[in-house]
Amino acid sequence: MKIKAIALNTFREAIRDRVLYLLLFFALASLLFSRLLALLTVGDRVKIVTDVGLAAISLFGALMAILMGTGLVFKEIDKKTIYTLLSKPIHRHQFLLGKYFGLVLTLFVMLFLMTVIFFVIYFLHALKIEWSMLIALFYIFLELCLITAVALFFSCFSTPILSSIFSLAFYLIGHLSWGLETLFKKMSPGIGKVTARILYTFLPDLENFNFKTEIVHHLPIPPQILFFSTIYGISYTVFVLFLAVLVFRKRDFI
Amino acid sequence: MATALRIDNLHKSFKTGFLLQKKTILKGISLHVDQGEIFGYLGPNGAGKTTTIKCVMGLIFPEDGDIKLFDLPHLSLKAKERVGFLPENPYFYDYLTASEFLRFYSQLFVIPELEKEKRIEDILQLVDMKKARNLQLRKFSRGMLQRIGLAQALLNNPDIVILDEPLGGLDPLGRKEIRDILVRLREEGKTVFLSSHILQDIEMICDRVAIIVNGEIVNQGYLQELISERILFTEIIISGLGKSDLEELGESLSTPGGKILLKIHDEKKINSVFRLIQDRGGKIHSLTPRTETLEDLFVGMVKKK
Repeated sequence: MKIKAIALNTFREAIRDRVLYLLLFFALASLLFSRLLALLTVGDRVKIVTDVGLAAISLFGALMAILMGTGLVFKEIDKKTIYTLLSKPIHRHQFLLGKYFGLVLTLFVMLFLMTVIFFVIYFLHALKIEWSMLIALFYIFLELCLITAVALFFSCFSTPILSSIFSLAFYLIGHLSWGLETLFKKMSPGIGKVTARILYTFLPDLENFNFKTEIVHHLPIPPQILFFSTIYGISYTVFVLFLAVLVFRKRDFI
Repeated sequence: MATALRIDNLHKSFKTGFLLQKKTILKGISLHVDQGEIFGYLGPNGAGKTTTIKCVMGLIFPEDGDIKLFDLPHLSLKAKERVGFLPENPYFYDYLTASEFLRFYSQLFVIPELEKEKRIEDILQLVDMKKARNLQLRKFSRGMLQRIGLAQALLNNPDIVILDEPLGGLDPLGRKEIRDILVRLREEGKTVFLSSHILQDIEMICDRVAIIVNGEIVNQGYLQELISERILFTEIIISGLGKSDLEELGESLSTPGGKILLKIHDEKKINSVFRLIQDRGGKIHSLTPRTETLEDLFVGMVKKK
């Protein structure tokens, strides 16, 4: 109940923030841009709309998660609103989880809006709706949940600018770390192979949530991969949230 | 009398600067606040008042010492249910209106759903903010923020209200209104703990005080016990006499309108002054004996430290 109250207030805070609408505007502009790109393309234009559309939703969703997530806790501490809030009968982890779920709710609503617009553009182009795209969108949402947790974790002990840089680095590393997997598979045994393997184990692999190619090209996705990605997303998010709670629990608000 | 707040041997230090040097803020604070009293926590800026209060509210963690609220550990939710807190220079969610803000905070307490709206109405009435209920907090003046801050502190009908500099930055009328509310709370049997450096206000409403200087309590007790009834000096405003005539009787100062302010430390000399005025045909405009004030006590303590 208390987590819900904080989450709803966070949601209210987020939707009254102008930055969100600026990002939403750019996201929608990018979706429309996919239509323009399709017109200039020779070949399967629907694929271009799908590919650019899903990529725009994923990128702007991640930007929303990072920009809002990193400022969330910091703003409460900076403006000292946290003083009265934590003096109420709530635990610190309830506060943090409330903030997290509030932001996840905001992202869900934003993702929903972007999806509706995307589907309209897609329908105008293809005159049908490809419902399998919802699978890709679900995993984009799962990725956003993880990025939000990471942004929240950094904002527990760092300034918004630094947290944004850290979270952006997490996002980029996450999308490039699959290269490490390829690397250690091809390396001859030795220290290099072990190091690459250890690094790959600990670094996030956000490509686990990327099903855009499969959806665009109508490739089959084995259910066990979907299952693994879901479990990977949820457990990574829970782990990062757990770390955030650990840091936040013992923090002094000077 | 039962104890509302008990602090035992509280220590806190912070690491500051690039080299993380340790700076001790609280050096063994011990005090207790009885139920039903207004307790004043006095100290110069940087003495450790806010740090003590933050420790009590669980915003920072002390290195050593014990804090109990109504004999419960201060971080327990049961204890927090009975506390209201107003921080120094309060700032709230500026995108919310006054009633949205109070509604949000009311959800953090166990208040029956039907009672919530009535409680919010009553509180808005108490702090005289009914007309501003639908105004966003970003448009509030400092005085209004202080009042809405007090409103959120009283939302759960707390048994103890902890206020950090509640009278700072308010105009005389605003200060009087807050003082009146605090006195009313005491009449209702609630405990009030407030920190301040506006000594006149403390003197007007507090039952007991503690003075903190440099992280240590230098004095605490009932106000009337701390401040002696002894007359420190007597001020007499006289006209019709020259300053040179009064030199031997006390310190004399010229005041506007050709009058002289005479400060007499020795009571026995007052009769000599009367005689002198009678002989010379002078006139007495006022005579004020000055007893010790909280300010004298406070300044004395701080200087001694």
